[in-house]
Amino acid sequence: MQRDVVITGIGIASSLGEGIETHAAALAGPIAPVVDATSFAPYPVHPLKPLELDRQIPKKSDQRQMEPWQRLGVYAAGLALDGAGIKDDVETKSLLQVIVAAGGGERDHAVDGAILTGLRGANAPGPFLNERLMGDLRPTLFLAQLSNLLAGNIGIVHGITGASRTFMGEEQAGVDAVRTAHARIASGQAEIMLVGGSYNAERRDMLLLLELGGYLRKGDFAPVFEREAAPGIITGSASAFLVLESADRAAARRAVIHARLGKVMAARSKRTPGTVESTLRKLIGELGTVSPGALAISAATGAAGITAEEAAALSALPQARRIATGDLLGHANEAAFPVSVALAAAALSAEQAQEAVVTGAGHWRGEGAAHLVKA
Amino acid sequence: MSNTQHRDSKGRPIVAVTGLGIVTSLGQGKDANWEALTAGRSGIHAIERFPTKGLRTTIGGTVDFLFDRPFSAPELSEKLAMLAAEEAVAQSELGQPGNFPGELFMAVPPVEMEWPQKQELAASIDGDVDYDGLLREAATLKHKTKHEMFLFGTVADHVADAFGTKGSPISLSTACSSGATAIQMGVEAIRRGDTQAALCIGTDGSIHAEALIRFSLLSALSTQNDPPEAAAKPFSKNRDGFVMGEGAGALVLEDYDHALARGATILGIVAGCGERGDGFHRTRSSPDGKPAILAMQDALADAGLAPDDVDYINAHGTSTPENDKMEAMSCAAVFGERMARLPMSSNKSMIGHTLTAAGAVEAVISLLTIAHNRIPPTINYTTPDPAIALDVVPNVARDAMVRTVISNSFGFGGQNTSLVLTAEPARA
Repeated sequence: MQRDVVITGIGIASSLGEGIETHAAALAGPIAPVVDATSFAPYPVHPLKPLELDRQIPKKSDQRQMEPWQRLGVYAAGLALDGAGIKDDVETKSLLQVIVAAGGGERDHAVDGAILTGLRGANAPGPFLNERLMGDLRPTLFLAQLSNLLAGNIGIVHGITGASRTFMGEEQAGVDAVRTAHARIASGQAEIMLVGGSYNAERRDMLLLLELGGYLRKGDFAPVFEREAAPGIITGSASAFLVLESADRAAARRAVIHARLGKVMAARSKRTPGTVESTLRKLIGELGTVSPGALAISAATGAAGITAEEAAALSALPQARRIATGDLLGHANEAAFPVSVALAAAALSAEQAQEAVVTGAGHWRGEGAAHLVKA
Repeated sequence: MSNTQHRDSKGRPIVAVTGLGIVTSLGQGKDANWEALTAGRSGIHAIERFPTKGLRTTIGGTVDFLFDRPFSAPELSEKLAMLAAEEAVAQSELGQPGNFPGELFMAVPPVEMEWPQKQELAASIDGDVDYDGLLREAATLKHKTKHEMFLFGTVADHVADAFGTKGSPISLSTACSSGATAIQMGVEAIRRGDTQAALCIGTDGSIHAEALIRFSLLSALSTQNDPPEAAAKPFSKNRDGFVMGEGAGALVLEDYDHALARGATILGIVAGCGERGDGFHRTRSSPDGKPAILAMQDALADAGLAPDDVDYINAHGTSTPENDKMEAMSCAAVFGERMARLPMSSNKSMIGHTLTAAGAVEAVISLLTIAHNRIPPTINYTTPDPAIALDVVPNVARDAMVRTVISNSFGFGGQNTSLVLTAEPARA
């Protein structure tokens, strides 16, 4: 038994602002992305447009117990719940299952720097480290750092008592989150799910992880598919959450249906030259027929090699208008694929297209694709 | 052949267990662990991996027998997972080496660059160290291996490569119930018909100074360091926190008919799963125990069983004052007056809290309990807590007919997962 799965809630926030309209407008017209090339120079980032947190996270005590990536995610999740009309529906929220694609917590950069400086001259580095960590780590920091605490905070702030799962593993966590949520509803294992991810790009510890592998672009912004001279990722702060629902349930409660989520596919190719292209071609092929006028929204990273391979795979869809999520709001790592699906859903909701394909290849591992059609 | 199709009470494929693997501080493999667990032996000891001077807690269930060089948490977590998976896959006799015909679901601890690696980067920085300096050092690309080492997806990726699992591997965390969630995801995938087999692993090798200190700052850990083996005392009146442990548990799950058709030995059935969010507090459980109660009731309902069918509870039993009280109360709500004589023991009394791995490690032990009809004890039970009257199988293993086990995992962030594990249906 395979049931139709529809999107009844879209929550999205990024450097462009928040909400369906803002992002649909960005998809429709030529826009200048918001880029901060100085704060983290030489690494440009797309900074989050500040949110009025009180609108989705009313208690200051809740806000204080979260890091920026968690506040952003809880905020976007709230937008999705509002949009789906279930924010105050206690019964639905007791059934609502949550899947979050998450990374890790933010380091206290000043503490780390001071400890590393001190460690170099310490006679007894072990005890020195113990003493400094015991004294300098905020006890609650640990909680803000736990990957599954974004899901935990979504539960606490929005009163969701259904179970949650947190997927980790960079970009592919976002693909698998959407894929698993879709599969559970399509198979009848769940009726309604909240799925998404959140990424704060404005942190040096994450830039450090990516730059250890040489994956970041330095200097100025350039469009994702035009970075051959200096390839690399430009990260962006962004979050998207979607309310997915069985079509029957959505119809029964007369919910606004933005789009039907057709198929979601994931693969893990052995990364050698050409495998990303061949894998994405295969996934796109399995999505089914794509009509002229469709949107092809790519979550491509901008990383060397694989970005050109993704472009080559997308050339299999000449009938579709290609848009790189990264050109609008940057690369949001775990959130990149959910954000791209949310953009596709927003475009369909705004009647910009009848159909959309979403693709993505993780900077290091994993490939994914999804198909959305106007319901 | 349709008349050979077995279905559960809900008409779904039955999920069999055909392979089990385990590594803990008690040793590597089922035999070593089962011998130690039923002898009531503790794997908790003074930590020697890093200096513990100045720390309130200096003990743990670290796994110290796998490396003779320094290693990071993801390296140890990967090694533990590989060993547990090798044992499980070998026992299942499913597929060929490097070609496991099923998907991979892994509970892995969150990772981040650790102090030794940061110190390596900092070594070439002149003057005070800050992240801009670390970034400049990273940009030299002299430390490229650290990128892969500290990605969240790496451990599962390496395991997927080693065993040739199919599809996109899942790396997940639901805090202390992660291992159980990995099993639940495998069950769901098999029930959906997405795959006929799943390799489900929980692994955690992340006892390092900062991890210990973070839990210590939350006052979650026992500080009764001497003697180390007496510190973890679930359900005792003088319990004062959990003891961190390391280990991995791996299960090969398989569509029951698929397993029967190839003549596999069926080790047990994952009959039901239940999970509930709490939404109450970031570290504390709802005082009314409602999510834990519902998780157990959901798991039983999913299995099509009643509370009276349960022979034994493999407790979450962390040895923290709050968890053990909440769990005892929740069990009383689910099992009623039977709780006074329904055996419930905590493996954590011997191996500590293996955190991300715990749900999988304890599911493996639960299935061994079924296989041997013998219940591992709760050790260090010398001062019963009169507020929670339980049969904790105190201090000494007990022979008992065990056909159905409920295994509980409750975690920070409001995660509550219960698994119902049963004997092979054909077992007399």
